[in-house]
Amino acid sequence: MRQGNGGGDSVSPERLTSPEALNHLRERLLKQRDNSRTVINVCSGTGCLACGCSAVTAAFREALAESRLENVVELKTTGCHGFCERGPLVAVYPLGVFYQKVSPSDVKLIVDQTIKGGKLVNKLLYKDPQTKQVIPYEHEIPFYKKQMRLLLGLNMVMDPNSIEDYFILRGYQCMVRALFNMKPEEVVQEVLDSGLRGRGGAGFPTGKKWAACREAKAETKYIICNADEGDPGAFMDRSLLEGNPHSIIEGIVVGGYAVGAHQGFVYVRNEYPLAVKNLTYAIGTAREYGLLGRNILGSGFDFDIEVSRGGGAFVCGEETALIASIEGNIGTPRPRPPYPAEAGLFGLPTLINNVESWASVALIIEKGAKWFSSIGTASSKGTKVFALTGNINNTGLVEVPMGITLREIIYDIGGGCPRGKKFKAVQTGGPSGGTLIVESGEPEIHESLVAHGDIREEEEAISLLDLPVDFDELTKAGSMMGSGGMIVMDQDTCMVDMAKYFFNFLQEESCGKCLPCREGLQIILAVLKRIADGKGETKDLDTLEEVSQVMIDTSLCQLGGTAPNPVLSTLRYFRHEYLAHIQDKRCPAGVCKELVSHAIDETCTGCHVCFEPCPTDAITGKTKELHVIDQAKCIQCGACYQVCRFDSIKRVKRGGGDIVQLRAKEKWQPLKKRTAAVA
Amino acid sequence: MRSAAHETYDLEHTISAIVNRYGGKAVGLIMALQDVQKHYRYLPVEALKLVAEKMVLPIAQVYAVATFYRAFSLTPKGKHHICVCTGTACHVRQATVIVDDITRNIGIAPGETTPDGEISYETVNCLGACALGPLVTVDDEYHGNMTVMKMAAVLDKLRGKHVSVKETVEETA
Repeated sequence: MRQGNGGGDSVSPERLTSPEALNHLRERLLKQRDNSRTVINVCSGTGCLACGCSAVTAAFREALAESRLENVVELKTTGCHGFCERGPLVAVYPLGVFYQKVSPSDVKLIVDQTIKGGKLVNKLLYKDPQTKQVIPYEHEIPFYKKQMRLLLGLNMVMDPNSIEDYFILRGYQCMVRALFNMKPEEVVQEVLDSGLRGRGGAGFPTGKKWAACREAKAETKYIICNADEGDPGAFMDRSLLEGNPHSIIEGIVVGGYAVGAHQGFVYVRNEYPLAVKNLTYAIGTAREYGLLGRNILGSGFDFDIEVSRGGGAFVCGEETALIASIEGNIGTPRPRPPYPAEAGLFGLPTLINNVESWASVALIIEKGAKWFSSIGTASSKGTKVFALTGNINNTGLVEVPMGITLREIIYDIGGGCPRGKKFKAVQTGGPSGGTLIVESGEPEIHESLVAHGDIREEEEAISLLDLPVDFDELTKAGSMMGSGGMIVMDQDTCMVDMAKYFFNFLQEESCGKCLPCREGLQIILAVLKRIADGKGETKDLDTLEEVSQVMIDTSLCQLGGTAPNPVLSTLRYFRHEYLAHIQDKRCPAGVCKELVSHAIDETCTGCHVCFEPCPTDAITGKTKELHVIDQAKCIQCGACYQVCRFDSIKRVKRGGGDIVQLRAKEKWQPLKKRTAAVA
Repeated sequence: MRSAAHETYDLEHTISAIVNRYGGKAVGLIMALQDVQKHYRYLPVEALKLVAEKMVLPIAQVYAVATFYRAFSLTPKGKHHICVCTGTACHVRQATVIVDDITRNIGIAPGETTPDGEISYETVNCLGACALGPLVTVDDEYHGNMTVMKMAAVLDKLRGKHVSVKETVEETA
């Protein structure tokens, strides 16, 4: 059953047998399409779906039918627009108006005012949180303005379930170019020349992999697309698979042609049901059109793709473990060499690349290696998609040219930390990456770096915010590019807790095959837990460093080899926080439960909001009077901290909750008077 | 009351259909087990044996796969499924507060199922909707920007009755 694409472009699928037939079809589709008509694009990526965009789409359908506009205005459900923080997102073309946080009840207003009247609905427009300026058009929003959306761009304008949409946007032209105008060696050379490095994390030159696989002698070869995006905090692969699956199919077919393979697998995470659905559907329609299967477009080249669902194991992102998993085994890695390019799936040469790499391939073949290598830095070419998340104003997917600084990403695109909190660090590369500090002007960070031997006493540390983002620079700074997760942390994040979090994750996800990883993770996690519980000793820091070094030197795969990064990088930049936990039994950020108690300060308005979530009834106080937390009852769950709208709940050193006692004795007076008294 | 022979036939039939869907080959083992789990809400031992038999694989391999991956469970799961994302972005936005809150509220730890078989509860390391953290899914429905207050309402809806958070705590305590 074919899904409708909402517009008038639906054509019954015909098997295309030549590039000319594809061009004819495209021309026919272009003619059918009236470019002046109004198109309403509702973002239907997972982020917006979770915000309830399907109800918005339904409301639009109803409102358009009611106004008898359903045949005039096209309603399109697209892939992820990237600006997830503001979902559900609605864009109205050709005006390019951008509406955010749209609810079903706003739909009628949009139809009446914007669609019929050509006027803007002010309350739904984006308002810059810093300048307070209202920005009606998509391309003017700072979040999008500084980006270079080469891979993600099409996500916003096409329906992933409409191959016809993709045809109109010059889809499958790069495949035609490779199959008909280039020899396989030329394709490999093009990828080599482009300087593309694998986007999965390690940054291995993609062209070299291709050349090795092409040279391997075997009757059968395989292609694998690694879509096992297990890194917590990264979702660009998901967004591409959901929003533009055809670009990945196209890249894979080109890869198959280049190395001489006829079968491809896409290994997708089980936690991504929509990606599986859209990709499977896209493969189906591509097959119907003759863009996959036997004799693709009459070129004499056969290629097909199968989707393989993963079982939810982080280690399967490692290529040899992933191959074992597709074969129906447990996902444990094996030593390399031989590399998969020589002996991979079923022992045969296999070319394995990440989703983003495959999408980039399609781009390189279409526009040429020269164009691609003109973007980026000397050692890292092209653009990179980052998932900008955590404590940041503009959360979402950000595609930027390599070499942009972290400052530009975090402040210009991301808009800084919310609620005026102080920016502390940014974490890149997921559990294998490190935590990077940013402003190095802090004396404590300076001391940490001196203690670590990174700089001398009199030297000034370079602010890592001004670091150009590329594979090598990030590695030098003690982190890595990884798959592109970029998690921003504000003053409320405890670095010991973060290291503990990553080790908890890695210890759960380690396959346990090799001893350094299996045992090393447990030892480090135990030490980190001890420190977070206030039972650490100074010598524990040496243990952390020693065990980390053993893991780096002796682990079988990169899960173990890069696992110590979170602890080593936090020790490098935030040693003072570890020492505060060990020596003063204090958690400076107020996160580690064993060291923290909650207290209410004088900014409390007595609104009672904190009463309800408190599971132990520890909070007392009359309406409009200062509330008090009974420390004997409080279990430090943090529920009150989360709900307080006035930031009146403070997390203070355990046993040092003097705020509570002191303020409770004071006679309560209205907030205005109190601030006046202070002033 | 259905006979045991009937149930065996049903099982045989279901497993055959699932295994055939993936061509009876080991390449489809993980996906076949996912389908079995979807059907029975866990992986019954008899089903594992049948899958091994039909795919001509050693039972040890099927068992190893069934215990290695997070997606599988050898014990029955509840009718409803609560899943809290504890990815880095959610963690930074205090997902642990939500995890503790649900544990207190429904009286089971992540990875467990309530004794009445109604609710299973687990944590997952990233659902890929990081902008909405902390994120909770209930029966595959997403609930973003979760707070303890919102969670109480979600749980109430799940139980199909309106009880306040306090009462529930007393029940489970």
